Amino acid sequence: MSTKVTVVKNVLDANDRLAAENRTLFADKKVFVVNLMSSPGAGKTSLLERTIQELQGTWKIGVIEGDIQDTYDADRIAALDIPVVQINTGGACHIDGNMVREALPGLNIDAMDLLFVENVGNLVCPAEFDIGEEMKIMILSTPEGADKPAKYPLMFQSSTALIINKIDLLPYVSFDLEKAKRDALILNPKLLIFEISCKTGDGLKDWTRWLNEQITALASK
Amino acid sequence: MHELPVMQSILTIVLKHAARHNVKKVHAINLLVGKLSDLEVEWMQRYFDHLSAGTVVAGARIKVGWVPAVLSCEVCQTRVEVDKVNLDGITCPVCAKNKFQLVSGKKYHIKSMEAE
Ligand SMILES: Nc1nc2c(ncn2[C@@H]2O[C@H](COP(=O)(O)OP(=O)(O)OP(=O)(O)O)[C@@H](O)[C@H]2O)c(=O)[nH]1
Ligand SMILES: [Mg+2]
Ligand SMILES: [Zn+2]
Ligand SMILES: [Zn+2]
Repeated sequence: MSTKVTVVKNVLDANDRLAAENRTLFADKKVFVVNLMSSPGAGKTSLLERTIQELQGTWKIGVIEGDIQDTYDADRIAALDIPVVQINTGGACHIDGNMVREALPGLNIDAMDLLFVENVGNLVCPAEFDIGEEMKIMILSTPEGADKPAKYPLMFQSSTALIINKIDLLPYVSFDLEKAKRDALILNPKLLIFEISCKTGDGLKDWTRWLNEQITALASK
Repeated sequence: MHELPVMQSILTIVLKHAARHNVKKVHAINLLVGKLSDLEVEWMQRYFDHLSAGTVVAGARIKVGWVPAVLSCEVCQTRVEVDKVNLDGITCPVCAKNKFQLVSGKKYHIKSMEAE
């Protein structure tokens, strides 16, 4: 005889609970946590390098790297004299709340103001998994095309700021900048948009100034 | 790849409920999944079969009810259902504005399982 067992359970409950614990811990320690997301190669590590160089005189910074395998990115960050922990995601397509929690003992967050988490390069699932961050920031690079907001709405919807990177390539790629911005704002009217080039440094100042303000606001709470 | 961690979480929850209800065999698992989550049923089933081998839920069929993505107009709160979103010219059917909040489309819920 077959019976129906009602379960009614959100699969993400366990993750959401861990993320909430992380969030409480970060608030306690006054660490500003940024979850940085993008496709592979859009410029997450490049943006971190640039941003760290700009802000490391002001804030104590740490980084969690979510590379799938190697330690290339972690090495690039360590070269800046910044504490960095590499999460072994074991091939997983996103970082979750538990992975962040397990990475924390490797970082001295008591003595930290700003913690960047470089998520795995992927436009789908990182947006679904809360890790306890203060805000999600996403990067879209011009060679990827302007159709990305329509294809991956969740990522754009859940981010506080969108960084359009590689604007130095605009003359060479057919990227409809206005369409990308328009579509992103339809999905997320409050989204802040920065247009930058990690190569030339264009636009970076606006981004770092804004981020600096956000951290200051949290630190003085 | 996303199917693997998601199916692992689903298996953990289902096994817990199977034990609680003294279930001997599970025939099917009914899920509600948001359309924006990019899961494919075929791969969900394959990973599930792989992970569940040797447990009481081995062989269970994964049945997915897709939950559409719903946008809500920022101005008048009218709800608009969208598939894979085409944002070209999308406007609120009531007030013609084009600013929206996402209401649903990113969920994974286990609704029930058919068992004996
Ligand atoms: N032309 C140009 N190239 C850039 C820019 N930003 C980054 N790149 C290049 O793009 C490539 C990828 O940059 P990364 O910073 O490694 O990208 P990522 O998102 O960290 O990549 P993964 O961690 O592998 O997902 C590198 O070769 C960078 O030098 C930019 O603004 N302009
Ligand atoms: Mg990187
Ligand atoms: Zn994933
Ligand atoms: Zn409206």
